[in-house]
Amino acid sequence: MSTKPTAYTPHPMEKRVLLRDHLGVDFTKLENYLAHGGFKMWQKAMELGRDGVLAEVKASGLRGRGGAGFPTGMKWSFLPKDERPRYLVVNADEGEPGTFKDRYFLELDPFRQLEGILIAAYTINAHVSYIYIRGEYWNSKAVTEDAIAQLYKAGWLGKNIQGSGFDLDVYMQTGAGAYICGEETALIESIEGKPGMPRLKPPFPANIGVFGMPTIVNNTETLSAVPVILEMGGEAWAALGTPKNGGTKLVGVAGHVKTPGLFEVPMGASMRDVIYTLGGGITDDREILAIIPGGSSCPFLTKDEIDVAMDFDGLKPVGSMLGTACITVMAEGLTDLLGVMQRVTAFYQHESCGQCTPCRQGTGWLKAIADKMDEGLGESEHIDLLISACGQIEGNTICAHGEAAAWPIRSIATKFRPQLEAAIRQRAAAHGYVVKPAAQPTAA
Amino acid sequence: MSEPIAFSAATNAKIADLLGRYPRKQGALIPTLYVAQDEFGWLKPEVMQLVADTLELPLASVLATAMFYTMLHKKPVGRFHVQICTNVSCYLLGSDDLMAVAQQALGLAPGESTPDGLFTLESVQCLCACDRAPTLQINKEDYFKVTPAKLKELLAQLQTEGVKLGPPVGWLAEQHHAHA
Repeated sequence: MSTKPTAYTPHPMEKRVLLRDHLGVDFTKLENYLAHGGFKMWQKAMELGRDGVLAEVKASGLRGRGGAGFPTGMKWSFLPKDERPRYLVVNADEGEPGTFKDRYFLELDPFRQLEGILIAAYTINAHVSYIYIRGEYWNSKAVTEDAIAQLYKAGWLGKNIQGSGFDLDVYMQTGAGAYICGEETALIESIEGKPGMPRLKPPFPANIGVFGMPTIVNNTETLSAVPVILEMGGEAWAALGTPKNGGTKLVGVAGHVKTPGLFEVPMGASMRDVIYTLGGGITDDREILAIIPGGSSCPFLTKDEIDVAMDFDGLKPVGSMLGTACITVMAEGLTDLLGVMQRVTAFYQHESCGQCTPCRQGTGWLKAIADKMDEGLGESEHIDLLISACGQIEGNTICAHGEAAAWPIRSIATKFRPQLEAAIRQRAAAHGYVVKPAAQPTAA
Repeated sequence: MSEPIAFSAATNAKIADLLGRYPRKQGALIPTLYVAQDEFGWLKPEVMQLVADTLELPLASVLATAMFYTMLHKKPVGRFHVQICTNVSCYLLGSDDLMAVAQQALGLAPGESTPDGLFTLESVQCLCACDRAPTLQINKEDYFKVTPAKLKELLAQLQTEGVKLGPPVGWLAEQHHAHA
């Protein structure tokens, strides 16, 4: 019953420079990767030199594909100019609910990321790199370990790589079932063998990161784009996207759509087109009830809020964010929004690391209230209580887990209040309970 | 007091390789806990102590890390660890039906194991294959676009296979009810 990831066939709306069609070629074998131009950009990086590579990456406008969208070239240049050893850490802890993009590189095209790691490590002068892969990604971990072993054997890792004089060791590091380790400082703690509790910033990882040394943390998709940027040239990559949002972006569409899948579009593509054209439209040609734009920590959108550009700035007008750009579609008539809300609260409560009181307690309260509604014991004032609790969490925690827990719930409670009110009544009726009528604003 | 335990030579070799990857021994802790778990089935107290002694770490550091991560097992786990994704994308496409099928077929609530040590049932957070939802994971294998009928069939298959194999290493019959 288990299937290999599907081969992707491009749609005309797509622009593919990262995704391959994989027709008949197994890119988990080094000889195939090399035969299709692999590691040529490593050679080019050696010709350009460190400053040259950095200049191309800066010119490309590449922004971090983990979800925060921080400019990659700028991040690389934040390393202090001292003699301490540096580390390159790869964030492949894909776990944001609704997301399935890094899995593609990890399982089907692992050398693209590894070539990116080689180039990035050379550029920032790091000699050790850890690829932190989510614990549950057994296949990704096995493919990556095998790819690393192939590279050592062929002299593409280790000492004096291909006679360049540059040394690099790359290790696969396994996660162990903690979503919070996708947060870069929690990930660093986890590599150090500790519980994944995020650190206060500053100091930032660029100065004090893993094992107390300067560290750059980049996402898998970000590093996989680096060889492509060198091949095209930074400016050509930038020109694929919108101003300030260079290049292409992997986007996913899942949930109630006809053709769910992973696609690659120029930055700034219309979300409506991604859903209706690439996603094939809504199941049974229904109306959209709600959208999660890029993982469940993004505020939910209504069907009237999807005419937006999918880039790191395009979702600001509708009060949400691009996140991981993997969209979850919920159709009218097929979606129990209260059930969805209960799942979201349960997730963030389960995954809170527990060190900050507003998050540890607040996520517990959000879940308790949602559970109560789900069990037929809800009242409309509980919706106000949810909104109030969200305000007590956000901005009061060390890391963004607080916001990730609060924002989606607040967006459901405010934008979808009528649906929630109806669901509360429906659940109560099913259990034979009576709900107080919703408080009406007093007439003037 | 229980019998003193030791790692096999193969596990010791793996740990030595892991130690070479980090400037501090604690860096090797999580991967070492995984290999310890592979050898002994789960992280019983003696195994935690063995890891602490091997890596020259305080037992408290080992416990703190082991307790934090759900994939490091502090209780015995059945031969087939059935984890059904119940997060949003799978929920939208019927994961509650899968959970109901599994509960009925195995006679378990989420978090429980069968007394014979063959199955542990749990819900799991988003497995990040939402385009192929609903998904589940059994041990190291992912299953995509699972239907209730397919799941029933699969569990019956594993039951037959499991009877031949018996409970996993480290299984304690008296501890089957609680699983963390």
